[in-house]
Amino acid sequence: MGERILFFILAIVAILSAGGVVFSRNPVRSALLLVLNFFTLALIYFTLSAQFIGALQVIVYAGAIMVLFLFVIMLLNLGSPDAIPQERDLKRPLAYLIGFGILATLVAQSLALLYPGAPQASHEVGTARVIGLALFTQWAYPLLLMGVLLTVGVIGSILLARRRAS
Amino acid sequence: MDAVPLNAYLILSAFLFIMGAVGVVIKRNPIVMFMCIELMLNAVNLSFLSFARYQTDLLTQVSGHVFVLFVFGVAAAEVAVGLGIITVMFRLRESIDVDEVTLLRG
Repeated sequence: MGERILFFILAIVAILSAGGVVFSRNPVRSALLLVLNFFTLALIYFTLSAQFIGALQVIVYAGAIMVLFLFVIMLLNLGSPDAIPQERDLKRPLAYLIGFGILATLVAQSLALLYPGAPQASHEVGTARVIGLALFTQWAYPLLLMGVLLTVGVIGSILLARRRAS
Repeated sequence: MDAVPLNAYLILSAFLFIMGAVGVVIKRNPIVMFMCIELMLNAVNLSFLSFARYQTDLLTQVSGHVFVLFVFGVAAAEVAVGLGIITVMFRLRESIDVDEVTLLRG
């Protein structure tokens, strides 16, 4: 029972913080609520016996990526809510309608899912040792491609941010 | 057995994904749109990990975790390039309203 209560509380916090990210008018507040959302998701990963991924979630997302977001918000001075006015147009109700439709479909499909009931994974699966072993043997070529992608991304962003000499 | 059923994780994942998708459509601030994209990526990660927990084969379980690692890498590269593009946009025209950016219109 305790596990269900924990999941329920974490799910409520995650959904509320995600709603705050979307509906807050202040970008800085959105960013901080997104950090809260990442932390709750990391805790849910821990309950899914994915310890290594949970730690990486905190380090990579809540650490690196959110610092980048906040840095750009402060750099471009977008912190005030009126930096970009939100005007009401046809997009909003249409987005709510389509989103609700897709959500209803997904929830119905998830509820109809017949799956063997008990969770199978042991706590061994989520450790860095097991994941690293799979990553460097079975998934070695995708890992190399990921390195290429990250290198290209870094070079591309440096080229974009460089001031043109004119 | 008091474990959380797989359906609960999938429904939470669906909620987070749809919130991200609606946010991308209704927001006009590109930075908040990027945050909503991160929300969607995290929702998919959650469903990967919950499916991995309910697999019987050890190799399949680890594959779910490895996929999440690759999503992390793609998200990092995407954020680096995207925020670089936003910076250039701001330098070109002092405003980053996505509805006013029409440079790529043919």
